[in-house]
Amino acid sequence: MTSNPPNIAIEHGPAAGVTRPHESARSQVAGAATYIDDIPEVRGTLHAAPILSNVAHGKLLGVDTSAARAMPGVVDVVLSQDIPGDPMLAAFAGDEPVFAIDTVQHIGQVIGVVVARTAMQARRAARKVKLNIEALPAILTVQQALEAKSFVLPPVHVRRGNAAAAMKTAQHTLSGTLEVGGQEHFYLEGQIAYVLPQEQNQWVVYSSTQHPGEVQHWVSHALGLDNNAVRVECRRMGGGFGGKETQAGHLAVWSAVAANKVKQAVKLRLDRDDDFMVTGKRHPFAYEYTAGFDDTGRLTALQLMMAANCGFSADLSGPVADRAIFHSDNAYYLQDVDIASYRCKTNTQSHTAFRGFGGPQGVILIETIMGDIARHLKMDPLDVRIRNLYSDEVLSTSTSSVRTGAEAVRAEPVEALRRDTTHYGMKVEDNILAPLLSKLELSAQYRRRVEAISAWNSKSPVLKRGIAITPVKFGISFTATLFNQAGALVHVYTDGSVQVNHGGTEMGQGLHTKVAQIVADELGISFTRVLATASDTSKIPNASATAASAGTDLNGRAAQFAARHVRDNLAAFVCGLDGCGAGAIQFQNGQVLSPKTTRSFEEVVGMAYANRIQLWSDGFYRTPKIHYDKATLTGRPFYYFAYGASCSEVVIDTLTGESRVLKVDILHDVGRSINPGLDIGQIEGGFVQGMGWLTTEQLVWNDKGYLSTHAPSTYKIPTAGDVPAHFKVDLWPEPNREDNVFGSKAVGEPPFMLAISVFEALKDAVARARGDGAAVRLIAPATAEHVLAALTA
Amino acid sequence: MNTQPLRFIRRGEVVTLHGVEPTRTLLEVLRDDLHCTGTKEGCGEGDCGACTVVVGEERDGQLHTSAINSCIRMAHSIDGMALWTVEDIAAADGTLHPAQEAMVQCHGSQCGFCTPGFVMSLFGLYQNQQGQTCTREEAQAALSGNLCRCTGYRPILDAAQAMHTLPAVPLDDTKVLSKLQLLAQSPQGLEANSSYISPRSLKALLKARAQSPDAQIVAGCTDVGLWVTKMHMQFARVLDVTQVKELLRVEQYPHHIAIGAAVTLTDAFAALVADRPQLATFAHRFAGLPVRNSGTLGGNVANGSPIGDSMPLLIALGAHVVLMGQRGHRELPLEDLYTGYRKNVMAPDEVLAWIKVPKATASERSRVYKISKRFEDDISAVCLALNLHITDGAVQKASIGVGGVAATPVRARKSEAALRGQPWNLSTVKQVQKVLRNEFNPISDMRASAAYRTEVLGNLLQRYWLESQGLQAIEVHSLLDPLQLEGAAA
Repeated sequence: MTSNPPNIAIEHGPAAGVTRPHESARSQVAGAATYIDDIPEVRGTLHAAPILSNVAHGKLLGVDTSAARAMPGVVDVVLSQDIPGDPMLAAFAGDEPVFAIDTVQHIGQVIGVVVARTAMQARRAARKVKLNIEALPAILTVQQALEAKSFVLPPVHVRRGNAAAAMKTAQHTLSGTLEVGGQEHFYLEGQIAYVLPQEQNQWVVYSSTQHPGEVQHWVSHALGLDNNAVRVECRRMGGGFGGKETQAGHLAVWSAVAANKVKQAVKLRLDRDDDFMVTGKRHPFAYEYTAGFDDTGRLTALQLMMAANCGFSADLSGPVADRAIFHSDNAYYLQDVDIASYRCKTNTQSHTAFRGFGGPQGVILIETIMGDIARHLKMDPLDVRIRNLYSDEVLSTSTSSVRTGAEAVRAEPVEALRRDTTHYGMKVEDNILAPLLSKLELSAQYRRRVEAISAWNSKSPVLKRGIAITPVKFGISFTATLFNQAGALVHVYTDGSVQVNHGGTEMGQGLHTKVAQIVADELGISFTRVLATASDTSKIPNASATAASAGTDLNGRAAQFAARHVRDNLAAFVCGLDGCGAGAIQFQNGQVLSPKTTRSFEEVVGMAYANRIQLWSDGFYRTPKIHYDKATLTGRPFYYFAYGASCSEVVIDTLTGESRVLKVDILHDVGRSINPGLDIGQIEGGFVQGMGWLTTEQLVWNDKGYLSTHAPSTYKIPTAGDVPAHFKVDLWPEPNREDNVFGSKAVGEPPFMLAISVFEALKDAVARARGDGAAVRLIAPATAEHVLAALTA
Repeated sequence: MNTQPLRFIRRGEVVTLHGVEPTRTLLEVLRDDLHCTGTKEGCGEGDCGACTVVVGEERDGQLHTSAINSCIRMAHSIDGMALWTVEDIAAADGTLHPAQEAMVQCHGSQCGFCTPGFVMSLFGLYQNQQGQTCTREEAQAALSGNLCRCTGYRPILDAAQAMHTLPAVPLDDTKVLSKLQLLAQSPQGLEANSSYISPRSLKALLKARAQSPDAQIVAGCTDVGLWVTKMHMQFARVLDVTQVKELLRVEQYPHHIAIGAAVTLTDAFAALVADRPQLATFAHRFAGLPVRNSGTLGGNVANGSPIGDSMPLLIALGAHVVLMGQRGHRELPLEDLYTGYRKNVMAPDEVLAWIKVPKATASERSRVYKISKRFEDDISAVCLALNLHITDGAVQKASIGVGGVAATPVRARKSEAALRGQPWNLSTVKQVQKVLRNEFNPISDMRASAAYRTEVLGNLLQRYWLESQGLQAIEVHSLLDPLQLEGAAA
């Protein structure tokens, strides 16, 4: 007997559309949910620790491992020459070595690993490895990289119309600069891999990864093996946020190379400080911009230079910087626009995917400009934002050409040009921005509070409050069209229980819960009968990363199709029994209904098995409608947009620059929610993470290129005390206008950018405190020091 | 060298472990030796709370429980205590504890990695609330040492307030106490040759200190723990002061409070706040709750970090420290303890035994201001503590402690001198602002630039002046009270 009796009283009813706890919640709260470091270790498991470069840029002349090898418990030291396959990582740009070969390119770059009996023995010994590095000049800032034309990838220019000409005729122009810091992911479970050599040169890799397929690819490449020799499994991650999209692969490769050398199982669990030093972060950005606008606050021209600090290698910097370009409109129509995007190479960690994937760095810039315009014209910032929204308003003929690269204005357009097309040529067809903002403006009582804040501030000599509403429009799909595909397997067992496996990974977002809900409804059975299992490259091959917010859209649909195939098999079987058409069979409430009779799902499954009917199937999905031309930088990279808006109120201390968030109201669009509890969790969690990015989370590299904020003692993510008592989230009541699984919309990333309302509210407070009408120059994150500087600059 | 057995109560039974090295952490023992992997390591430095467990001790005949960080706590330090991990609180039939069930119902777990730590902080709160519900502020205080990166905390705060509405699950205090008494009859760590010496009396402590000057003294290990986990230090012998009964006392005298060096920060601040209620916010902002439950005021003072937050306050309040050795004792002003960066005047055979804090007087006006990037659980960029005695419109006495501006916590002697005897008016304040800003040469680091530190020192004096003129609620956190916020916004 087990202590958990089978669920006799099966609850019936639609599984999706209702709030359900996370499928792992009960085991998580009991400490029974297994993460990689909790997997019982096989006999002889050894532990690795990385040897880190202590110079930002230099020639690696020698590595003396003798002292390390003499340390207690040390088994071996593994360096680049121990890699049996390609010493370069199989990353798409091919510009990163597995272990540093003859140069080091940042402090914290991994030169090799020490393998020892225990993790602490390995870590102690790794610090005893003596590195002979001849220092070379290092590029540590974006400004230095721009001057030196030091890039990981070539610059990209996107233009529509003639920004320079439109700027000359603009009624007003404003120029400015902005600096926005990076962000450490701070997943609570640090990076980890556990590699087990198997028979016949086959390998099992347990990796805390958002992309098991890439881990498989990278490990087999480094070991010089075919992909089929490596199996990667991940049941769950203790948080990912983009930080385990590519970065998890490095650890798996290091562990695999070590395991290959010592011929034993090797686990590499990064110490938190090493995790900070080694792995990439959100890209810091720097901007220079000139905006032209008219008396009504409408933007008429934009010239923008955005420079991404990519670190020492390309990693995902290309698509990240691209997405920053795609989102530098946010919710607003950009008429004549010229964007130059630089992908700067610096001697720091290689910055990587992080929730929003460049989107936040695009959105924050245009929201800055909206605030600038409002303060310049002494208008309410919300009015300026509304004035600039995408709409179906026909463009006035007096403006200049609006088509990409068009030399001549067409005399008679076939179709009237409207303010509904992005600067990359995609028509915004599902626009709900105006009604969404209007609804939030009313529910948050924005206008009344603006008045109240003015009155309050006039009586408050030290503290000043500010408020802002900012919208979000976020494009859903991988911009690399090929990644928008997914597979799933649905297995129905003879007792009627169901397993679903898909190419997505669970990092806390509740993907497995949603997929199980979808499968349950497709089969008309209870949610409790469906079990989602660990991501596994031997089940679903070639799966894309769980990223771009698209986990449920892609894998949920694939699982739905797989379940549908099984259901079709069962329906055809019942049709044969009852002599009716397949369309007449219904699956609901755990029952299979034909015009003739009603049977339980379990009964039908049992009968179908006895009659040799296939009870399992695959499913495959690829996102329709999307296409993108990298040469012209135009197309429809996104299947649809997710929308949202937030209203934040803050207070600042004009003596110290300290600030607090006082109130937050959010209205967000998740389409028809598959699980409102999970979706609200993503919205709140994304918001607070974004708030951290813009307030307390500051990455500081010193003048040697050493990251001096490399632990939670010095790098401060929000705590429970930072969350305001008034933190209200409402969902927009409309399904996705595109045909997406169950009418839902993606939710992982878009809410992150809602937190830009906090940053804009802080600037509002600064402007109100200054009262001089000057432009507010606030560096992100808005630490007390940066706010005080904005007050006095 | 003798590694004595380590014994504690878990799941109602005595657990005995042999051969545990003195610097082995409680988390390592749980995960590696006992194979209980429910407790997680998030940071290994007591800043994230994923490793939170609850320990229980007998105190005045009652069971006293507190949430602590297991990642930086030496395993031997819980010898003789009761221990609960996330795996220990559900019923035998699998029924979840209210702290767990509320987390499920409120969607308090997403990735689940921080969850065991939150559950244990909630379990600690549950025990301390004795069946009563808590306010949102109390929940925030109880969770101040736990980081979550997924949820945005709202669901977890809801769970904290909801768990008391579920069917109650009281601890069997009597049973735990009887087991604790069993262990107390044969305490460990008393032999002078043991690798983890844990004396029970002051006399024994002083003797052990004299006999083993090489032993690393530890109290709550909230800093020394990091020397082990992050700097990879190993100590052949550890001298733990936290079981010395004389040093566990807070004693009230007519003009001062004497706080034993082994009194936890939680209890020490409770005593200080009882005497000066205006210190409550500052006390709450000192680290997170699990650190305050382990760490001691004596440890913070003896450690002498330039950014340790208690010293500027204690210096401003005129605190003295009492150093003791077998040869005798001596008392000195706290600021005279330090001779340089993490250096002090203590002899190899001395221990810091008492901190004597003068009680509040009617004429004093004491305030402490902390500037950090994050409100909770952060280290000061600047900490300024001011204690001025103003009578008849003039400053009679001025006592100012400053942190974050020099290699040690310091007294702002020049600024004190500039204030003394002066009329308490804006012109004096403006004058002293200049003195205060020029008195130190702070460094620029990851917490703040030198220029900011200097600027803000003067501005904080201005805040003190404004408050002395009757301005209320002029710190940003004073607006966090929802009622005040509503009133202000209406």
